[in-house]
This record gives sequence, C-alpha cells and structure tokens, in this order.
Amino acid sequence: MANITPYEIEETKLIEEQGFDDHFHDHHHGDKFQSNFISTYIFSMDHKMIARQFLITGMIWAIIGAGMSIIFRLQLGFPDESLAWLKPLLGRWIVIDETSGVGSLQPEFYYALVTMHGTIIVFFVLTAGLSGTFSNLLIPLQLGARDMASPFLNMLSYWFFFLSSVVMFYSLFLSTGPFSGGWTAYPPLSALPQASIGSGTGMTLWTVSLVLFVVSVLLGGINYITTVLNLRTKGMTFWRMPLTIWAFFVTAILGLLSFPVLASGFFLLMCDRGLGTSFYLSEIFIQGSALDFAGGSPVLYQHLFWFLGHPEVYIIILPAMGLVSEVMSVHARKPIFGYKFMVYSILAIGFLSFIVWAHHMFMSGVNPFISNFFVVFTLIIAVPSAIKVFNWIATLFRGDLRLNTPMLFTIGFVSMFISGGLTGVFLGNSAIDIQQHDTYFVVAHFHIVMGIAAFFGMFSGVYHWFPKMFGRFMSETLGKIHFWATLIGAYAIFWPMHYLGMAGVPRRYYKFDSFDAFGSFGDMNMFITIAAIVVFFAQLLMVVNFFYSMFYGKKVTSKNPWGASTLEWTTPIEPGHGNWPGNLPAVHRWPYDYGKDGNDFISQITPIAEGEEVDAH
Amino acid sequence: MVLKSHRSSRVHPQKFALWISMASMVMMFASLSSAYIVRQAAGNWFEFNLPNLFYVSTVIILLSSIALHKSYKSFIAQKETPYKRYLVLAFILGIGFVVSQYLGWQQLYALGIDLKGNPSGSFLYVITFIHVLHVVGGIACLIVAMIHAFTLKFNVTEKRKHRFELVNQYWHFVDVLWIYLLVFLLICK
Repeated sequence: MANITPYEIEETKLIEEQGFDDHFHDHHHGDKFQSNFISTYIFSMDHKMIARQFLITGMIWAIIGAGMSIIFRLQLGFPDESLAWLKPLLGRWIVIDETSGVGSLQPEFYYALVTMHGTIIVFFVLTAGLSGTFSNLLIPLQLGARDMASPFLNMLSYWFFFLSSVVMFYSLFLSTGPFSGGWTAYPPLSALPQASIGSGTGMTLWTVSLVLFVVSVLLGGINYITTVLNLRTKGMTFWRMPLTIWAFFVTAILGLLSFPVLASGFFLLMCDRGLGTSFYLSEIFIQGSALDFAGGSPVLYQHLFWFLGHPEVYIIILPAMGLVSEVMSVHARKPIFGYKFMVYSILAIGFLSFIVWAHHMFMSGVNPFISNFFVVFTLIIAVPSAIKVFNWIATLFRGDLRLNTPMLFTIGFVSMFISGGLTGVFLGNSAIDIQQHDTYFVVAHFHIVMGIAAFFGMFSGVYHWFPKMFGRFMSETLGKIHFWATLIGAYAIFWPMHYLGMAGVPRRYYKFDSFDAFGSFGDMNMFITIAAIVVFFAQLLMVVNFFYSMFYGKKVTSKNPWGASTLEWTTPIEPGHGNWPGNLPAVHRWPYDYGKDGNDFISQITPIAEGEEVDAH
Repeated sequence: MVLKSHRSSRVHPQKFALWISMASMVMMFASLSSAYIVRQAAGNWFEFNLPNLFYVSTVIILLSSIALHKSYKSFIAQKETPYKRYLVLAFILGIGFVVSQYLGWQQLYALGIDLKGNPSGSFLYVITFIHVLHVVGGIACLIVAMIHAFTLKFNVTEKRKHRFELVNQYWHFVDVLWIYLLVFLLICK
C-alpha cells in the first residue's frame, strides 16, 4: 500500500472542496469502458491506453526504421565486406557471388531501405509515436478533463494508424520490394509504375498507407484541438496551460492545416498513376518509347508535398520542445524562464512554418527572386528558435538541478537543437544551398535538428511520465548508459557527416568507388557506421529497460514522485477511467510555481494564499 | 458520444470538431485552387466554357440549402409536417445536385474535354469530383437526419436540435464551397 503523506491528504481535500463536480461518477461507466480484455487493451477508448498503444507501436517502428539504417550504413561503411550473413533476413535482396561467396546488397534494395527509413521515422515514429503518445496522455490529464472530447474518434485515430502500419509493413515483403523513390516520393519515380521496381505495387501500398495515416492524424488533431478549446477544467485559462499543452495544440493545428494539402497532392498523384492524367508528368521517354503524358510539372508536386513537408518538421519538433520545457522546469526546480515568450515563439514558429516550404526546392528551378522571400522567412525562424534556446539555458542557470535521466535528455535536446539549428542557417541561404544541397551536410543537419533532437525530447518524456503510464520507474542506471551512449554516439555519427557534405559527397549514393574525389572518405564512413551500430544497441537497451521496468521496475509509492505542480500528478498513481476518482480539480495558478516564497513547489490546485503575488511571470 | 467534463466554452465540442474539420477541408480545396493557378501560369493551358449544367447544379444546391434551413426553422418552431417535408426536399435536391454534376461531366466529355487531355480539363474533373465526394458525405448525414425524423417520436430536445444543427452547418458548408469553386473556375478560366 502506498504511503499517504499529509500533503496528499491535503491535496485530496482541496480537490473535493474546490473542485468541479461534473457528475461524472453518477452513472457507472466501468462496464462500457473497461469490462473485458478487448475493451481495456485493444479497442480501448481511454486516452491513457491509446497513448500507450501509440507509444508501443511507435517503438516497434523505431526498431524497424533504425535497423534499416544499420543495413544501409553497413553498405556505406564496409562496401567490400560480405553481407552474406544477412541472407536469412533479407533473402534475395542479398546477392551472393557464386565464385567468391561474397554477398552484396542489391542497389535497388538500398534505395528501398533509405526510402522506408525516412518514411517510417518521420511519419510513424516521430509523428504518430511522439505527438500521438503524449498528446493523448497529457492533454486530458494536464487540462483536468475526463478524457478526449470524443473517445471514439480517438480510438479510430489509433486504429487508422495501425491499419496504415499494416499496409506499410506488408509492402516490405513484396517480391518487388517497398517503394524506393525517396520518402518525398517525387514524380516521375512515384508517378510511373514502370519507373523502378519499387514504383509499382510498392508505391501503391505506400500511397494507401499514407492516406490512412493522414486520416489518423486528422482524427487525432480534431480531437486534440477540441479538447484544448473545450474541456479545460475550472480555472484553467489559456495562460495557465503547461507548455506541453501549448505545443501539442499548435502541433495539432499545423497537422490539420497541412495534411489535407498532402492528401490532395496524393490524389493528383494517384490520377497520374492510374487514370492517365498529366498533373506531374511531362513528355517522358522510358525504355526507348515516348509516353502519352504532356505538359505536367513535377515541381507542382514538390510545392504540394513541401507545403505539408515543412510544417511536418515542426509537427515533429514542437511536441519535443513542449516536453523538454515541462520536464526541465520540474527537474531544475525553477519556473520555466520566459513562459509567455515560450508560448509566443511556439505560435511564431507555427505561423512561419507555413511560409518557408520552398527552401526545400531552391535547386528545383524555382525563380531566384521568389527564393529570396523564402530565404528571409527561413532565417527569421532562427529568432523564435533562439528565444526558446535562451529560455531553456536561463531555466537551467542557477537551478537546483536533479541530473536524472529525463533531465539529462532535456539538456541533450538543447545541445542537439543548437548544433543542428546552426547548420540550418547555412542551408536556409539559397546561395550556399547551391553547394550544399543533396550532400551529407543536409543529412547531418536534419538528423541532428529534428531526428535526434526529437528523439531526445521523446526519451525525456518517456522517462519522466513512465511512472504515470505504468506506475513504476524506469531503471536509472540503464537510462544513464542509454543517454551517454546516445549523446556521444549521435555526435559521432553526424558530426563527421558535415565534413563529408562540405567536401561535396552526395547523399543517396550506393557506392563511391567510381568517384576518385570521394575515395578518401572510406575510413570516415567506416567510423560513422561503427558509431551507428553502437547507438542502435543503446536504443535496444532502452527498449529492454522499458519492458523490464513495466513489470519489475521500482514501484511508485506517492502520487507526485517528481514534486511537479501540474494536474496529472494529482490523479491516483494508476488513474482509472475518468482520471480523478471524485471531483475534477480546480486550477488557481500557472503551472510553474517552483521555489516560490520558500516552497519547493506549489500545485496548480492550491488556491492563492493571502498576500501572495499572482501571475508574476 | 461526448464525454462529461468541465466545459471551458459554451460551444458544444462536436460543433468545434466540425468547424475544425471544415478548416481542414478548406485547406484541401485551397491547395487544389493554388495548384490550378500555378499550373495555369506555366502555360499550355486549354481554355473552354464551363458546361451549362454546372449552373443548374448551382441553383439546385442553393435551393437545397434553403430547404434545409426551412426544415430547421420548422423544427425549432415545433411544426412537424413542414420539418419533415423540407428535410426530404433538401435530400432530393442534394441527390439532384450530384446527378446534375454527373450530367455536367458528360456534357464536358461530349465537348471533347477529356480527363486525360490538357491539365485544364483534368483539374476541372478532379476538383469537382472531390467536391461531389464531400456532398455525398453530406447526403449520408441527411439520410441519418431523415431516419431520426421518421423513426423517432417528434420531440424538440436540446440533443436533437444540436444534431440537426451539425447536419445543417455541414450542408451549408458544402454549398458555399461549391459557390466558391464556381466563382474560382469562372475567374481563372
């Protein structure tokens, strides 16, 4: 039995006296929501269970996506070594030379791996796995709501994601392989089924999967926005919402406004593939014969794709930023520095993300005068980003830091975001981009700033809210090993890539043996591959830690193990359906009252004391 | 189904959800319109007049909207018969719109404008087709509303009023969307 501290008794009393009685428990909901195995664990309509479903599905995809990167890194780091030992896993994608016995990866499959790695990590892991998990878990809990506005749509959102996952997973086993034209699916490779072996059935399934994914994102987003606007508890004004909620809210808006554009882009693409229209296809010769298409423009697809594609990177990074702000403030025992500026910069980033998409297309033949416009707005994004970084550092400054795993990952996030953000300033400049585009410099930039950084934000969230999700702690020792291996390993992978890029080494190449200029980078590529393998195993350690701790981790004995002031820690250790057993808590203050007037922290449900200065942030 | 909780806004959550999905649909048609403009500016653009039936469709969908509005007003005023009659009328006119659009495409095809031909024609077919898909969604909602009207006992409750408002708003939305598309297609011919 958990120890009940005097503080918790007082807290329970506060909720009962000050809270809002919504008559939630007047009727018995138990039978409808958690009566049997299927309604509890599978077709669950409880936001906390759906969050865990998103997280675990995302983890499975992360292992697959990262595993793929290891296979193509082996090809890049050790191009002459035999990969025959991968034959049992990859089957006929490994071709074994009869005389020498050396097994090599088929070039077509290399492209399929790169494409799938990008698609899986961007959409399935860092969109569904990150914002799907934490928006679901935290929006109702931190706002003081019983659940999402529509638990049913919420369940559908997960199951559309699941369906989309199944279709994509199935495409990995096609005899012609999954789609192999890059995660951006530019036409003509994506529009002509005969263009490459992955462009046939592989591409069809890719499109079906992503359309299902868009449905999932839209259903989720509608719910997140409605819940934030509509189901905040008594006293929870906008300026009392934790930064996590602000981030999820803006993320959902971005998704809702940009994914439909991708959907219409895909619709036109499907017409080109199946109905013979020429939206994206111009006069094309393939295998010696001219096709019927006339007058289409592949750049049109790029516009539609990147109109989603750019907000998409903020759909990935904003939730991570929100999680980091919250976790950092709790473990630095200090209010987040510049709360309102944090909110304004989230809003500014969200707005700017819609008017910079063509910086992905500087080399696609966009008018240089139009490029100027996009350069200026791209560079302006540095301003809100820098404000956020400054505020995080100022939050850490003279804080009473607890250097536990979640906190380490937030600090790692800030480090990654700075390193990756700086190279963005180079790439955002259309003149420098002429040299750097499509080189490993770009690969290094976006992996650090939105790949690794977003993973760090996600890890800090998982380690921090694991006690809320499963009622146990994750192992600190394993967590710290995971952190240091990932931090050092990630820099070891991506730092050298900047040099490769500046030397002009192009991305997406299967082998560099026919280019003398790039021959001298063999050792560096080998080093990167070894670092990638180490980092991959460190992530497996995290997965082991996750599942081990779920069953055998140290039990949480009090409601508020971190001493945090937000509402999710006023629920029981393992909250049931409806989150609060009695009344909903009422909110009296902002979420970051740490170290105020000599108190370690003051929960949001504590009324303002007499003579206390209010909302001084 | 909407859950009980503290409401921080007077607007019903389902209505918010509907408005948010409308924003998302607006973005879809905005992207198609801008793709249309971008492609048109690139040249090699075949010009032709819209089929006359598209104007007939416009009148039909406007009348349908008015009928649904009348039905809603009668519902509020507790008048059962006009409520049901106007609802059925709105539904029939909705079907009429889809049929009229279909005949419009046939008229276009007879003029020699093919889906596979010049992108100006392809865009017209695709944009109007996606719009019709949204109208079909609205017709499905009207069917549900009619099932309610004819199977449930006539009774003006808050819940039924709220549901009817959702159907209403979506139906007017696809109507306005069509007017927008027609004006857009006329201006950017």
